Amino acid sequence: MVNVDVDRTQCQNFGQCVVEAPKVFRLNARDEMEYTPVVDDSELENVEAAIDVCPMQAISLLAGR
Amino acid sequence: MIVGASLGGLRTAEALRRSGYAGPLEVFGDELHAPYNRPPLSKDVLGGEVSHAAVAFPQRATTADVEWRLGTRVESADLERRVVCTADGSEVRYRALVAATGLRPKRLFPRTASLAGAFALRTVDDAGALRDALTPGARVVVVGSGFLGCEVAATARRLGCEVTVVGSARLPMQRPLGAALAAEVMRRHEERGVAFRMGMSVVEVQGGEAVEGVRLADGSELPCDVLVEAIGSTRNTEWLSGNDVDAEEGLRTDSAMRVLRADGRSWEDVFAVGDVARFPNAIYGEVPAAIEHWNIPTETAKRAGRILALQLAGDPLLDDAIAERFAPVPSFWSDQYDIRLLAYGLPALADRAELLAGSVDGDCVFGYFVGSRMVGVCGIGMRSAVMGYRDEVSRYGHVAIGEPAP
Repeated sequence: MVNVDVDRTQCQNFGQCVVEAPKVFRLNARDEMEYTPVVDDSELENVEAAIDVCPMQAISLLAGR
Repeated sequence: MIVGASLGGLRTAEALRRSGYAGPLEVFGDELHAPYNRPPLSKDVLGGEVSHAAVAFPQRATTADVEWRLGTRVESADLERRVVCTADGSEVRYRALVAATGLRPKRLFPRTASLAGAFALRTVDDAGALRDALTPGARVVVVGSGFLGCEVAATARRLGCEVTVVGSARLPMQRPLGAALAAEVMRRHEERGVAFRMGMSVVEVQGGEAVEGVRLADGSELPCDVLVEAIGSTRNTEWLSGNDVDAEEGLRTDSAMRVLRADGRSWEDVFAVGDVARFPNAIYGEVPAAIEHWNIPTETAKRAGRILALQLAGDPLLDDAIAERFAPVPSFWSDQYDIRLLAYGLPALADRAELLAGSVDGDCVFGYFVGSRMVGVCGIGMRSAVMGYRDEVSRYGHVAIGEPAP
């Protein structure tokens, strides 16, 4: 599994992560980013892409088991 | 070998490793700092404590063995002999070369580069120096009314400075935002006390050792303690001069990001990524253009890194990778006070803007059109609505770029 972490003090809800990994990140009705913290390995590449494009560099992977 | 240790250089190194290249990897950078994120330098970071740690990109494990030659400026290259020359005169050989040397700020006059109180903003060191000068009550003149100038103006105002923006256009950020949105953003700046002198240029910077003011084209004078020059950039391509490359308005590349010779053939072993590259984009009719938006270094580096890795491995997938359409969607954002702009596409190409949602004095979404084709979308807030138009503005062959993009 892939463990995703978002630094909420940094995130400004740009939504660029939603474009790269729509199964992991989404914007809710108030345009706030929500995400699934534990996702399947098949999402790793998309999460890596989301990490790359986050303007605030707020996303990271936590060491998983 | 990668020349340039900023976003494009870092992402190229990562892409090479991700695509299976395990050989030696050297990255030269003329700054002493490891790669860091530049956009916050005119926004949050400039408003608080400026430090490299606050903006450094996290290093991935895959690039732990990259040799970072920081503080080592590459002065020249000989592409026929596959060698670069560093500032200390030593020659370094390469098997493949990636140019990721980016931009440097233009200055108003040669002498302002060494004038106390005059600043350009590109590096974290620039930001630190400017931050120290933005003390409450300081009189600040920002020359240049694009995103960078307006972001610095907003931050300086927030820090309690007296701020005047001098711009050559009729409205600030007029090309990328269109007249209606640009006028509204200007109004919000004025509401917060920023003064604008639009349609105006600076003819003289006054002061001997330190800046004392500027004189404008109409003869009027603006005394100031701090002068910020945000008048655009020059691409760092001089180190490749003397080689068979097309470096006008950026290094011209094919869609695989390989640098082109003057006759249009590609150098097999020389790539360019990021702000320094002028590349064909399938969205814009394959007309080569440099796009100075933050997401482009990442997109072009991933493309170049993957193709180069396949090429170095002699992988048969190389031809397929090169033939894949390359169509990165430009995206930009800007924060000024509580005005949070986000855009996709290239609004600057448009001949018409239309309010699509919201109201201009609050949150809103504008669409930008060439005829009936939507080429850009930009919003204040309303992020989901803006994103909803991303596919619409990024169709292949959508519109040809008539001139280099902003």
